[in-house]
Amino acid sequence: MIARLFSLNTIVGIITAGIRLATPYLYATIGETLGQRSGLVNLGVDGIMLMGAYAAFFVTFKTGSLALGLLAAIVVGGLMGLVMAFFSVTLKAEQGITGIGVYLFGLGMSNLLFQKTLGTVETVSGFPAIHIPLLSDIPVLGPIFFRHNLLVYGAFALVPISWFILNKTTLGLKIRAVGDNPEAADSLGVSVTGVRYLTETVGGMLEGIAGASLSIALLNVFQENLTNGMGFIAVALVYFGGWRAVGALAGAILFSTVNALQLWLQVIGILIPPDFAIMMPYVLTIVVLAFTAQRVRAPAALSKPFERGEG
Amino acid sequence: MTDQISLQQRRIERVEMRGIVKRFPGVLANDHIDFEVRAGEIHALLGENGAGKTTLMNILYGLYRPDQGQIAINGQVVAIHSPANAIRLGIGMIHQHFMLVPTLSVVENVALGLPSSRGFLLDLDVVTERIRHLSQTYGLKVDPAAMVWQLAVGEQQRVEILKALYRGADLLILDEPTAVLTPQEVEELFTTLRRMAREGHALIFISHKLHEVLSISDRVTVLRDGRVVKTLPTAEATREDLARLMVGREVLLRVERPPVKLGDPVLRLEDLWADSDKGVPALRGVSLQVRSGEILGIAGVSGNGQRELAEVIAGLRPPTQGRIIIAGVDTTGWSPERLLKHGLAYIPEERMRDGVIRDFSVEENLILKNHTDRPYASGIFMNFGKIAEYADNLIANFDIRTPSRDTPLKNLSGGNIQKMVLARELSREPRVLIAAQPTRGVDISATEYIHRQLVAQRAKGTATLLISEDLDEILNLSDRIAVMYEGQIVGIVDQHEATVEQLGLMMAGAHRT
Ligand SMILES: Nc1ncnc2c1ncn2[C@@H]1O[C@H](COP(=O)(O)OP(=O)(O)OP(=O)(O)O)[C@@H](O)[C@H]1O
Ligand SMILES: [Mg+2]
Repeated sequence: MIARLFSLNTIVGIITAGIRLATPYLYATIGETLGQRSGLVNLGVDGIMLMGAYAAFFVTFKTGSLALGLLAAIVVGGLMGLVMAFFSVTLKAEQGITGIGVYLFGLGMSNLLFQKTLGTVETVSGFPAIHIPLLSDIPVLGPIFFRHNLLVYGAFALVPISWFILNKTTLGLKIRAVGDNPEAADSLGVSVTGVRYLTETVGGMLEGIAGASLSIALLNVFQENLTNGMGFIAVALVYFGGWRAVGALAGAILFSTVNALQLWLQVIGILIPPDFAIMMPYVLTIVVLAFTAQRVRAPAALSKPFERGEG
Repeated sequence: MTDQISLQQRRIERVEMRGIVKRFPGVLANDHIDFEVRAGEIHALLGENGAGKTTLMNILYGLYRPDQGQIAINGQVVAIHSPANAIRLGIGMIHQHFMLVPTLSVVENVALGLPSSRGFLLDLDVVTERIRHLSQTYGLKVDPAAMVWQLAVGEQQRVEILKALYRGADLLILDEPTAVLTPQEVEELFTTLRRMAREGHALIFISHKLHEVLSISDRVTVLRDGRVVKTLPTAEATREDLARLMVGREVLLRVERPPVKLGDPVLRLEDLWADSDKGVPALRGVSLQVRSGEILGIAGVSGNGQRELAEVIAGLRPPTQGRIIIAGVDTTGWSPERLLKHGLAYIPEERMRDGVIRDFSVEENLILKNHTDRPYASGIFMNFGKIAEYADNLIANFDIRTPSRDTPLKNLSGGNIQKMVLARELSREPRVLIAAQPTRGVDISATEYIHRQLVAQRAKGTATLLISEDLDEILNLSDRIAVMYEGQIVGIVDQHEATVEQLGLMMAGAHRT
């Protein structure tokens, strides 16, 4: 038993699964990071993921086109991000409450649509694995890194891309400034409202893709509450990652690898009770969060609506 | 590089504000104000705290919309709806409370919101070069790569000026720029401002210090209660005239300091060391004592450890070595709350950051430090009636100009926020008072008032550590004067033996022999 647990194949299997499972977390965490860097907290990530997952699945199921399915998830996610922005930026509503509202809407709406349009659990053939020539033949590393589907590669590409945008572009500078001192940004003619609408909408799109990665790339099904709280983990991973793309990557991989390990332990049915196994990644997140939380500073204007001094 | 400048077809020759009216809930901040500034001129705007100076300038910079009135540039009426408009028209503003993003570097703060020469990509190297160039031209020393949160206030201000110059501002509004500067820095700033005026910039200069206004400006406009009292050429004005125009009565420019019997040492520091934010030693073995009924002035050029000294005593910064003894008890390492209960009061230098909660009301800010004490609370219940009474009393006694005690603190004018902090700290009848720059940004009648309060507190036996860069203030109030230089006390002199020249030399690092 023990030998089987630690065989090379097993370890490769667990890490590969960890990488695959990191995909939805990466999209969602980076989407949320973008919004938070500009000062917006969105607790509705899970709801947006569910709507994205449903839209992607439904369109793919009806049209047979994965591209259209993905597009549907992006559009739906973007729209929900826009709604979130309207409430928290324009109406200056309490962001935590608005987020919960968006979550509950996504949860209920995706299920309602699922019941009305599909009724039962169907499957689609999702994004196929792409073996990268040569690289995928390297032993150990090949299967771990180079035999995934498009959305997995996309998620990992997003890490350097979002890092680059945040740190090397004029837009990224505006985002960081708006999140830390909106008054200062405003006094230089930066549109705080515009920046926040943009980050929240793009964030929503990424969260939509996060949902699609579940329903048309990893699991290839849709059912009620498919995400099962993943969106909330993504929010926690933003803090875990210290509002940085690389931190989000580390968090997503750690979390999903422990998750893969836990699944594996359940499959072979040993060592620990299943309830405890399921708890593992969550407990780990909380523990690590507790230790890292104090060291990084959140954007100073996080969750504070912006208003010019004028009464 | 030069495109920001060439973008403007025409330089500002003359800006006129006509009949400007601005109301806030409960206040008429600007009441039909006519104001004009021309290229090549430094126009000073004078007025007590709350007279409406910042409001008027915020209107010119597009942050506020006037309820009535219009603005004309070179005779042509313009609409300024946002800072972006103002910047495009060639107007720059250095705000009373700095508008910098502390987590970003100097270059990033300058580049923020500007188009880049590389389109979407940041061109920080280009910006850095141009900052260097501007720094040289105008004598504004600053390290472009430094993070803003690490800069001293004087440096932060230079970043603000660079931001405006970088954007090709023709008209520069400076809202109390000298309030945070040392005398030397003020001189440097004035050199910069004169150079800008010579090059055809128009400048609006706000200050409470009359000698500064007299030395730098070409014309003065005095505001009182939101109205223009008078606009006159500086050459025709005297200090006394200006004070009278501002306040509407004669003002005492120096307080009486009756002799007091000194008590036991209440505050004692023994070989105190502490690090600055940058992690280098900022206090290097400070020892001193302050007796009951004594005001010990700490003079020195800013950045020589004064801020750290105040923070260490107030429990906000851990000392790396040494002891602090308050009223016979070793309080080294105590929490601010425990120190507070032990009779320490602290008026911090950066009041907008450390001393207040901007979104809380005036009343809440006033009660902040004793909201758990009787009679304002019993158990977990607050006694709102008593709290309101207490707040109203302080507002009246300290002449805090606010529409009501429920007004959010951030809506008060800068000087009135200051008075609020002072009211709160002094009303607790402290044993030891740390006052860091207590009159910075405060108008002359409030300064007079605050000075009287400090002297009254001294008569009640409080041991006061007065940290100030204003030598007049130090000489005026202190019983003894200690000079700080590079984290050490280079000498302590008695007030009646001290001269400005001698203190100046010590501030520059010359030990007293
Ligand atoms: N955003 C605001 N909301 C409500 N009232 C305001 C607001 N801004 C300013 N006020 C009020 O308007 C009046 C003028 O304030 P202003 O800041 O223009 O004064 P000031 O002349 O700049 O004073 P100081 O020298 O203290 O900076 C004050 O009574 C102030 O309380
Ligand atoms: Mg002001």
